[in-house]
Amino acid sequence: MLAPLSHILPLTTIHRERLLPLAGRVTARLEQKVSPVDVVAEASLGREHVLLDVGQALGLPPEAAGKLVTCKVGERLEAGRVIAQGRGFVPLPVKVPREGRVVACGGGKVLLEVGEGTLELRAGLPGIVTRIIAGRGVEVTTHGALVQGVWGNGRVDLGLMLSMMTEPGEPLVASRLDVSFRGSVLLAGACSDPEALRNASDLPLRGLVLGSLSPALIGLAAQARFPVLVVDGFGNRPMNSAAYKLLASNARRECTVNAEPYDRATGTRPEVVIPLPISQEPPAPHLGEHFTPGQRVRLCRAPRLGEIATLVALKPGLTTVPSGLRVAAGEVRLEDGSQLVVPLANLEVINSAG
Amino acid sequence: MPASLITADSLLTVDVGTVTTRAALFDVVEGGYRFIASGQAPSTAAAPYRNVAEGVHQAIGNLQTVTGRILLGGDQRLIIPAQDGAGVDHFTATMSAGPALKTVVVGLLNDYSLESIQRLARSTYARVLDLVSLNDRRKPEEQIDSILRLQPDLLLIAGGTDGGATRSIDRLVELVGLACYLLPADKRPVIVYAGNQDNAVKVRNTLGPWTPSLHISPNILPRLETEDIQPAQRALVQAYAHIRRSQTGGLDDLAAWSDGSLLPTGYAHGRMVRFLGQIYGGQKGILGVDLGASAATISAAFQGRLVQGIYPHFGLGEGLGGILRHTSLESILRWLPLDIPAETVRDYIYQKAIYPASLPATVEDLAIEQALARQNLSLAMQAAAADFPAGIPRPAPDLTPAFEPALAGGSVFAAAPTLGQSLLMLLDGIQPTGVTTMILDQNNLLPALGAAAGRSPILSVQVLESGAFLGLATVISVVSGVRPNTPVLRLRLSVRGGAETQVEVRQGALELIQLPPGQAGQASLQPLHHADAGFGAGRGGQIPVSGTALGLVIDARGRPLRLAPDPARRREMIKKWLYSLGG
Repeated sequence: MLAPLSHILPLTTIHRERLLPLAGRVTARLEQKVSPVDVVAEASLGREHVLLDVGQALGLPPEAAGKLVTCKVGERLEAGRVIAQGRGFVPLPVKVPREGRVVACGGGKVLLEVGEGTLELRAGLPGIVTRIIAGRGVEVTTHGALVQGVWGNGRVDLGLMLSMMTEPGEPLVASRLDVSFRGSVLLAGACSDPEALRNASDLPLRGLVLGSLSPALIGLAAQARFPVLVVDGFGNRPMNSAAYKLLASNARRECTVNAEPYDRATGTRPEVVIPLPISQEPPAPHLGEHFTPGQRVRLCRAPRLGEIATLVALKPGLTTVPSGLRVAAGEVRLEDGSQLVVPLANLEVINSAG
Repeated sequence: MPASLITADSLLTVDVGTVTTRAALFDVVEGGYRFIASGQAPSTAAAPYRNVAEGVHQAIGNLQTVTGRILLGGDQRLIIPAQDGAGVDHFTATMSAGPALKTVVVGLLNDYSLESIQRLARSTYARVLDLVSLNDRRKPEEQIDSILRLQPDLLLIAGGTDGGATRSIDRLVELVGLACYLLPADKRPVIVYAGNQDNAVKVRNTLGPWTPSLHISPNILPRLETEDIQPAQRALVQAYAHIRRSQTGGLDDLAAWSDGSLLPTGYAHGRMVRFLGQIYGGQKGILGVDLGASAATISAAFQGRLVQGIYPHFGLGEGLGGILRHTSLESILRWLPLDIPAETVRDYIYQKAIYPASLPATVEDLAIEQALARQNLSLAMQAAAADFPAGIPRPAPDLTPAFEPALAGGSVFAAAPTLGQSLLMLLDGIQPTGVTTMILDQNNLLPALGAAAGRSPILSVQVLESGAFLGLATVISVVSGVRPNTPVLRLRLSVRGGAETQVEVRQGALELIQLPPGQAGQASLQPLHHADAGFGAGRGGQIPVSGTALGLVIDARGRPLRLAPDPARRREMIKKWLYSLGG
């Protein structure tokens, strides 16, 4: 049976495509070294449009109005510029209300793009540009530790990783957030205290990596100006032991938190990347796996939600679990040595070296 | 290409869901079409595969293992047509996997074309993000900016009656054309136009160059008083297939094996319900409900007319993350038979949205999952009921009309640990009235038969009548406003060649009289205190009853069902009801 995967890897090669949502200009060069916040591509983004109906303004049918229009597509017009002049004793002018660029013209109408802005695409992780995707973006490659999460607030930043935890369950507590954490990427087990999130914003942090987050705080976390990444899911429980060990052992290193939202369709996930020196290129993570005894797995549903275990055996046929459902199941050995039969659908293979 | 029993053609159907890909084999056995077996595998439409092929091959491979029949060649391609006992003669494919289509609907007037076009949008896996109409108070450029910002997958346009004025719809089409022109080429939406046919040529000229695929269908509202949604639905099916083929790999093979016919699962579901309505339909409607990871689907046929709603936000998968925008946590908690803290239920909802394929392994998790199923089904029924035709018989305007039968699919019902749990979820979610035979689609065959009905209607009928679906219960729902514990129905069941059973049912009760499959009888209903048991208030009658897995169920709990406000008492009541249905 095909298994869902999540990567918690101490050393791997990471290739990530970073693409603009629309055609633009790639600003990075091949082989360029980039930081996560470096702009690698940009696109012009007309913020809004203004439609000028010359026919209506001059009281003329579209065809007649069209003949009076003096601007062309692509032309940049300053505010007040006359784009058509009516006929008669006192000819009425049609003026451009705001500076803009003509993007369409016809039928006696002119559409202006105004308030132009630039959409900047950032590298998202530190590394080397290994491929240019013309007009759309780049592929960035790096080496280091990788921890994938399940929820992110869409922001990206980098900083020194500091841990608030002495054990994986230690929560983010407002009273413990002092200035020594300012500008850092902070690790904590769980967060269910809105005050703690507010204090983190006030410091501010450069990133927050949590094992779990109370669903009541999703809105607050989404508004945070620094990246918030949730490793295991929603609720109030410890960070899984594999991620905790890997992240805690890399405390006081520079790390990148790319908290892009989890998109199951495209496969983009929030990630923590800790760049590490290498002597030879480590293998890239597997992309697909079948359930096989010996794999490390994470339980993504109760009982023992979030715990790391080893898949001991695949049960033949269907097995009845305590809920009464008959499911394809596997037997897992948890870290405390106990064994449990769980639906395979509730397991996620942890692609970890641990 | 119509198939017949003489040609004895075999059929393989594949349904690609968000979580599971299912393959089902149908063939002729002893002169009639039968469902042979099914195989399933996890779907691979999402990352990291983003190609349905792996899941389809595994599902068909599992089917091969079950049946011993070779279906795939050495190159992993389907053997079609059948050769020397291997492969199949025909193939159909349905799909519900993938995120709901980002959709913008465009119509002239809110009460007419915009309402009709929204109904069309609800007949597929769509999420309507914006409405553009003449009633829209935004400036045209603001409407353009909205389309540019949303970057929809799909634009649905309607407006005007055939032969009516064309200028207003021309203006809207021009606006849409401008927005599409301004979008990057790879972000332009597929467009379905179902408005005044006098505008069709202009629509083609204006929009054709700026969309990857333009579908012009007959007018959804040819006259003000006549809505005809079916031709536009067929155009929407093509648009859906186009969008999915551009998003997901492996669909070209499915389309090629099925002669280009890749149908949305919900459409095939609706087609089968309409087909059943044409064959069996009487005064009552026919209901099909399906609660899956991708969406909740309600298909109801009233004398051949289909009313359908596909609600991605009421599905039990990824969509759960947004369910609390449509309902309160308390509304979900009220269905729990166990004392589970509200925070636990809220955590469950969000965790399930991250892991839509995960299953409830504990008793507590199962209780939450089934509470969500009740609430989501109930919400979907309420939403669909807004489109039910006026004038259909029902005991009160806010109650579910009488359906016969009601077919239920979705693994939350089909794979529930007990049939009593399946039935209670359905009764609570649908709240049927009158007499209803509840049928369980345990193998997810309804969409498969709907897809097959276009090719071989006889196959669909014969499979349906062959026992491939499970008759769950015959339910008599009594509507009465009397106090609890007041007698509302006296029932006498005479089993053919067997004993007679008499019961008096009181308001608030849920009673089960066992009548196993294979047995049949006559039930005589005498309502008391002006209760309505399906014949009108205070009117009695006789109904033939056939045996089902659970038997005859009398639901006198009230309509609408009002649960006890006290949580402890409510939980006890739910446990008692479940116990009444066998646990």
